[in-house]
Amino acid sequence: MALGARLRERDLTAAPEALNLLESSSPDAIREAAALLREVSPAALGGEVPAHLIGVTGPPGAGKSTLLSALLAAWRAQGRTVAMLAVDPSSRRSGGSLLGDRARIDFDPSDHGVLIRSTAAGDRLGGLARATRAAAQGLAAAFDIVVIETVGVGQAETEVAEVVDTVVVVVQPGSGDVLQFLKSGIMETPDVLVVTKADLGQLALRSRRDLAAALRSLGNRTTPVLSVSSVAPPSGIEELLMAIEEHRATIDLPARRLRARRAGALSEFALEHGERALRALGGRAGAEALLAEQDPGLDVASLLELLDRAIGGERP
Amino acid sequence: MSGESSPRLAQPDRPWMMRTYAGHSTARASNELYRRNLQKGQTGLSVAFDLPTQTGYDPDDELARGEVGKVGVPVSHRGDMAALMDGIPLGEMNTSMTINATAAWLLALYIVAAEEQGVAPEQLQGTTQNDIIKEFLARGTYAFPPAPSMRLIADMIAYTVEHVPKWNPINICSYHLQEAGATPVQEIAYAISNAIAVLDAARERVQSQQVMEQVFGRISFFVNAGVRFIEEHAKLRAMSILWEELGRERYGVTDPRQLRFRYGVQVNSLGLTEAQPENNIQRIVLEALAVTLGRDARARAIQLPAWNEALGLPRPWDQQWSLRIQQILAYETDILEYPDIFEGSKVMEGLVEELLAGARAELASVAELGGAVEAVPYMKAALVDSHRERIRRIETGEQVVVGQNRFAETEDSPLTADAEGGILVVDPALEAEQVEALRRWRAERDQQAVDEALARLAAAARQPAGAENLMEPTIAAARAGATTGEWAATLREVFGSYRAPTGVGEAAAAPGDAELDELRGEVARLAAKLGRRPKILVGKPGLDGHSNGAEQIAVRARDAGMDVVYEGIRLTPAQIAASALQEGVHVVGLSILSGSHRELIPAVVRALREAGVEAPVVVGGIIPEQDVEPLREAGVAAVYTPKDFDITQIMRDILALLDAEPRTPLAVGGASAPGAA
Repeated sequence: MALGARLRERDLTAAPEALNLLESSSPDAIREAAALLREVSPAALGGEVPAHLIGVTGPPGAGKSTLLSALLAAWRAQGRTVAMLAVDPSSRRSGGSLLGDRARIDFDPSDHGVLIRSTAAGDRLGGLARATRAAAQGLAAAFDIVVIETVGVGQAETEVAEVVDTVVVVVQPGSGDVLQFLKSGIMETPDVLVVTKADLGQLALRSRRDLAAALRSLGNRTTPVLSVSSVAPPSGIEELLMAIEEHRATIDLPARRLRARRAGALSEFALEHGERALRALGGRAGAEALLAEQDPGLDVASLLELLDRAIGGERP
Repeated sequence: MSGESSPRLAQPDRPWMMRTYAGHSTARASNELYRRNLQKGQTGLSVAFDLPTQTGYDPDDELARGEVGKVGVPVSHRGDMAALMDGIPLGEMNTSMTINATAAWLLALYIVAAEEQGVAPEQLQGTTQNDIIKEFLARGTYAFPPAPSMRLIADMIAYTVEHVPKWNPINICSYHLQEAGATPVQEIAYAISNAIAVLDAARERVQSQQVMEQVFGRISFFVNAGVRFIEEHAKLRAMSILWEELGRERYGVTDPRQLRFRYGVQVNSLGLTEAQPENNIQRIVLEALAVTLGRDARARAIQLPAWNEALGLPRPWDQQWSLRIQQILAYETDILEYPDIFEGSKVMEGLVEELLAGARAELASVAELGGAVEAVPYMKAALVDSHRERIRRIETGEQVVVGQNRFAETEDSPLTADAEGGILVVDPALEAEQVEALRRWRAERDQQAVDEALARLAAAARQPAGAENLMEPTIAAARAGATTGEWAATLREVFGSYRAPTGVGEAAAAPGDAELDELRGEVARLAAKLGRRPKILVGKPGLDGHSNGAEQIAVRARDAGMDVVYEGIRLTPAQIAASALQEGVHVVGLSILSGSHRELIPAVVRALREAGVEAPVVVGGIIPEQDVEPLREAGVAAVYTPKDFDITQIMRDILALLDAEPRTPLAVGGASAPGAA
């Protein structure tokens, strides 16, 4: 059976191979990947996949991996399958990367309901790897939860926000830069804000208070600011799980996903062909208008093909 | 002519304590070895425990597979400890135990074994290594997270100062830092930073300044000495100056005896070569001079490695050879007859000043980060970086290693001509016997007493640090017959488990050079061919925490342009297989130094193939020549040993392997490929 069909039937064993394909940039693979993505697109499935796509982002050392270990265990305890896409920065000089995150996330190797895949951001600056968007879409057909973990702050959560339903930003106590980024608007407001290392006591409390105050001053009264500790005995994990669930319940999911797909196609297009090609479509606004006319069930790859055709190009 | 004008001491000094780091197979076999060593003139014991004992697992644990009795002796309960020390009068012996995460437990077993011999704790002399920070940094046999680990150490210090007053509860180890690549300055600075973290933790636990002075006086060091023996000697003089300064200034110690810098030493293993291994004897002799030549910074206890450490596990005869080096130095040469021979030497003073200046700057960096515990990631990355620089210098020939990168022509060595290749081979049947013996022990003990003792231990551990000293319930559990794995599992349950930072992510990228550029070009070509950037998984199966080699491979593969999934230490075959599958890697690199490769590597290959991963497997580590062919038969594509010091060549080989591999896990995978049906 084809990989796309296997994913649709929630055959998790198809996932590693599907990722090998989606990450590949050979011309044959790109064609096959597009076919796979069409098979799991809302148009093919008759609606949005029920999976919850969650972005977890934050500066290095904030405690994302430890937090993800705790979340992973909790989700598995609820019987939900989880795929994690960990995106690491690449070395500018060599193009190579050290993907060390999976070593920090506890998982049971005999548990087939969990998949962790590390990818390098490559030459992308926005926080995601070339294939992350496609990987998330493919895996969301088969898994209950798809997490995209990115490193950084200020930029990293912007692109992630285009892909997921819920953006969780993780900071450690005393991260003044995050506070500044929030206030100055460099950083978009996350859906859930988490302050780790609650075991540090006063320092963690103060950070939480400062962040909540900054959000209020921006007129935001919906983003919950939570405090968690992964040091035994862990605390705050249940509350975080609930906050993530609640966020998803409050959003207009089809609208957000549709917006995400169209925005995704646009950024991919701009990255691939540059601003000049965008001008041929009447600029960003023209391209957006073109996309808005399309079938809302189309996947990113199909939208991208459409834009390519519009400038008279063909996908390779 | 005599008296004040004589350049000699009135009385020659007494020799240092002579030990051999030893233990293997079983408690009984190790006991025989100890007794023989003592008959040969060894004056103290140095116990090597196997990795399951060091990391808190019983021989029947999945993680213990292949590791039981390999790099040391398995000690699972008080019965094993009694057998290990059988016939050795513990009231007179001075025993050093290389034990860290489970130090409290092994000391408890030792106290109980002494009790059974009728010896009171006050009489016991020796050292538990107990330096957990360097385990996080360099050696990898940790069990619990940093905070509870430091709590256990503080508890041991508080307990021994009162009840086992002649015991050195902790031995701050700079030894393993040098093995992990530390420069002399780093070795000094990180060891002293580490001591500060321990002393600060202990200070919160002791009542009076007087006791604090005693605590300071009980801290000893365990250092390394490399072949640049003049500088190494200067390093020890610098450490003793810093130590005294620290005692006076930070801890208010005034008693000169308590301020003395006391250290034991195991000389360098990192510099020992597999190529022309007989040359290691010369290296060991010179390194021994570094710690004995100058009286003002002479070691209190010395153990020397064996000439064949880079080949495999040393035999009793190999260890005897090293003991004889010590005896010749102490009893045949005139080394012990003089006052400090470097006093007034401008060169020595200059070297010491240089090292002090460097160490002070590095000490300040660690302090700025909040101390040694907080600075573990910083120090780890710095060590990985230094090690990479060392390897680069050897690869380019800037640093000469005789017999390896220069003067490599050699006659066949008669020393390695025997069937085993001149090393000790531990009987693989032994693990099953240990497992069986452990089951018998569990069946015959009073289970209710054990359950109660462990419940008490758990209750004490749940108290905040300092409320109840964990040594007492630990000793009670030892007496009741609990096992090493049970003790550690009880504490893991309360404290949680932990994975230390790997240091590789933070290691700076190498500056490009012609060789690296060539590799990067090849990686780019392969990336186009494979459709994705070549991706390698680097991991260490088993309990061996010596991750330096694996880290260097990971960093170099990254610098060559590959995507590297670095999995770190202590992995089961199932974990490696699951990761390789999920990550879609093109090649798997495994590293093992503990001698468990014959069991573990085939198990990993099997697990990979069962998971459907066809990626080639390459192996590096201390792999004896006669084991290479069986590993190849088990499906390993290439085997690298310490003589393969040229990592660039290893990278070339790996890339060639990927180029030739017909079954790389590309996008398309047989019948299930999209469009194939």
